[in-house]
Amino acid sequence: MAGSLTTDVIGGRGAPPPARNFGGGDREPGGRGAHRRASMTGLMVLLAASVMFFAAFTSAFFVRRGMSNDWSATPMPRILWLNTGVLVASSLAIELARRALRSGQRAAFNRYWTGATVLGALFLCGQYAAWRELHSAGFYLATNPSSSFFFLLTCVHALHLLGGITALSYIDVQAFLLRLGPGKRTAVDVSAYFWHFLDAIWILLMALFFFWG
Amino acid sequence: MASPIVHAHHAPTGFIRRYIFSLDHKVIGIQYYFLALFSVFLGMGLSVLMRFHLVYPDAKVGFFETLWKTGAPGGIMTPELYLSLMTMHGTIMVFFVLTTAPQSGFGNYFLPIQIGAEDMAFPVLNMLSFWTTFLALVVMVAAFFVPGGAPLAGWTAYPPLSAVGALSGPGEGLGQTLWIISIAIFSGASLMGAINFIATTIDLRAKGLSMMRLPLTCWSWFVTAILGLLGFAVLLAAGVLLLLDRLAGTSFFLPAGLLVNDQILNHKGGSPLLWQHLFWFFGHPEVYIAILPGMGVASQLLSTFSRKPIFGYRAMVYAILGIGFLGFFVWGHHMFMSGMNPYSAFAFSILTMSIGVPSAIKTFNWIGTLWGGRIRFTTAMLFALGFVSLFVTGGISGIFLGQPALDLYFHDTYFVVGHFHMIMGVAAIFGMFAGTFYWFPKVTGRFLNETLGKIHFYLTFIGVYAIFTPMHYLGIAGNPRRYADFTNFDFLGKLLPVHTFMTHAAFATAVVQLIFLFNLIWSAKKGKPAPVNPWEATTLEWTVPSPPPFDNFAGKHPVVNHGPYEYSVPGAPKDYIMQSDPA
Repeated sequence: MAGSLTTDVIGGRGAPPPARNFGGGDREPGGRGAHRRASMTGLMVLLAASVMFFAAFTSAFFVRRGMSNDWSATPMPRILWLNTGVLVASSLAIELARRALRSGQRAAFNRYWTGATVLGALFLCGQYAAWRELHSAGFYLATNPSSSFFFLLTCVHALHLLGGITALSYIDVQAFLLRLGPGKRTAVDVSAYFWHFLDAIWILLMALFFFWG
Repeated sequence: MASPIVHAHHAPTGFIRRYIFSLDHKVIGIQYYFLALFSVFLGMGLSVLMRFHLVYPDAKVGFFETLWKTGAPGGIMTPELYLSLMTMHGTIMVFFVLTTAPQSGFGNYFLPIQIGAEDMAFPVLNMLSFWTTFLALVVMVAAFFVPGGAPLAGWTAYPPLSAVGALSGPGEGLGQTLWIISIAIFSGASLMGAINFIATTIDLRAKGLSMMRLPLTCWSWFVTAILGLLGFAVLLAAGVLLLLDRLAGTSFFLPAGLLVNDQILNHKGGSPLLWQHLFWFFGHPEVYIAILPGMGVASQLLSTFSRKPIFGYRAMVYAILGIGFLGFFVWGHHMFMSGMNPYSAFAFSILTMSIGVPSAIKTFNWIGTLWGGRIRFTTAMLFALGFVSLFVTGGISGIFLGQPALDLYFHDTYFVVGHFHMIMGVAAIFGMFAGTFYWFPKVTGRFLNETLGKIHFYLTFIGVYAIFTPMHYLGIAGNPRRYADFTNFDFLGKLLPVHTFMTHAAFATAVVQLIFLFNLIWSAKKGKPAPVNPWEATTLEWTVPSPPPFDNFAGKHPVVNHGPYEYSVPGAPKDYIMQSDPA
């Protein structure tokens, strides 16, 4: 029987992969490699859905901005720049962790991965501080369309990030319990790619707020 | 590695893990099917009440008052209650029937078996997706029971009506909020389902089963999943914005200076058209989500029961892909009346017409498949033929509606209602009936009763044409849709006999569906036992026992050596070669 939702969704049933051979039908069936590939495909499909989700909000952003005269810019809290740095650093830490894992340095892996998870949580705290700052300056969700989109997009991104942190923490716990066998390599990769994706989305959102917010 | 028995899949023994929170794609498929079956009878019941009210608007019916105290005081249905029945009929049918049964029901059960996999790629996600859909249905039906009742804004939930709250009518309070929440939950469930379908199709195919050897059913489930993935993500986003307009005071969709029931609302600058764009970007692909699986089933059955290979397999695949792709560029044809720039309307119109090309390819190939075949007129085949008939009828009226000059006249008339019921509603449902008769022997090990099946088919076929063909005539005569009562309009008075005829046809057709329900229940217990491959079909599901074992292939991994439709191959010992037969 298949395992928990975590192992189901972010993989973890697969062995280290054979070369990815997109297209199927001509490989050995059934075995663990198929689940590894399926997890990767599932991730890509999930990312496509997320892109559409953010694209819908972003196109609504531009339509709403272009069609009315009630748009007034929301000041960007300066802490957002710091948050951006924190998130980029956490992505770097993830890559360092994966490199360490590839060369078998488990202690270094644990250090970097934990660091990345903590930085992720720190980013969320930073976002909370940004919301507080805007509130105290009198900007709320319904104040004007610009602030509506700011709160909406940052919240939706934060919710995605909570999912990402859950995945990172799961890996971290597995690593500390010494359960991160070769079979969990898929889970490591899937969580890492998802995390980088959220990083990229955040940078695009920053550009959106900076140039058009 | 020459695939020995490699897997750790054992059937769970406890009742709850086995039948309720099951991870088995077959159980989940059946759960979806029954959810849709419940929904379709609920939706049909609502439509019968609507038809009744249209013809007898002043009738006093005691049980209306029992059911809806404020909606039907003294047993007479109010226009608001009529609108809420219409909204719920449309919503339940589109989401919980047409989106659920053909894709999630049949697809869940048969996609893994047809591609030689032991389960979907992510079984836990699969279970979660069903129970999320179930939750969405519970929330949706709950809208009937809250103060004010069910919402009035139609299945398209256009703002401002859907966004301004209880001020704009009963049902627009909590009822509408629950509607939006339910749709958001449903979108989440559909996204989970789509991830599973796509990953399963790409990565879990049996050895030898290249994409160009996939049964057309699998192709249609695959493309439908892609449409669902891209469409429901946008609907979810739109739902979030609408909910914020209602609950948080934002102004995404609500313009300034809106006067509702003598109150000026405190919104500014939003655009109701923004909702229409977001909604129809989802809404048009949704039409193909409903119909594509039916096309897959029809192709499968026409080939099997004509004992001929499908005519133009590759063209069929490209047509499915073409319909799916073009479906994302035509949403504007729902908005010709919105004051859109005529040049945009022209572009949307040309793109809409171009969908006629792959649709015609499919129809041509279905006829080519039948041509010269030794046709076996089973009930399943009759329903597949009925599907083709309804698809053509509904498709032709689409060519009228796709032209802005004509649509300006037809918009919001019964012509539109006739069109989409034919092509999206009834055609898709005929696809489900066809699938049910075809696969019932595999699921239960017994046949559905053919005599009852044929009676049900002929009566239903005549019935749906009797209900929906006159709607085109009504539309040409200028009969508007969404009105609760036509008796007060002189120009509509002469059309009332047509409405009366349609209402009687609707009653009769609804009653006839009880034959199907009886057949389903009775045959599951007492039906004629079916052999493993009763239709002499070629795809992998007909190689396993009926019902299939827990992991489908009992630990073995099938190898595919043939295409999916090798019927009447010259020189072959039988008139069909199974996909897993030796090369």
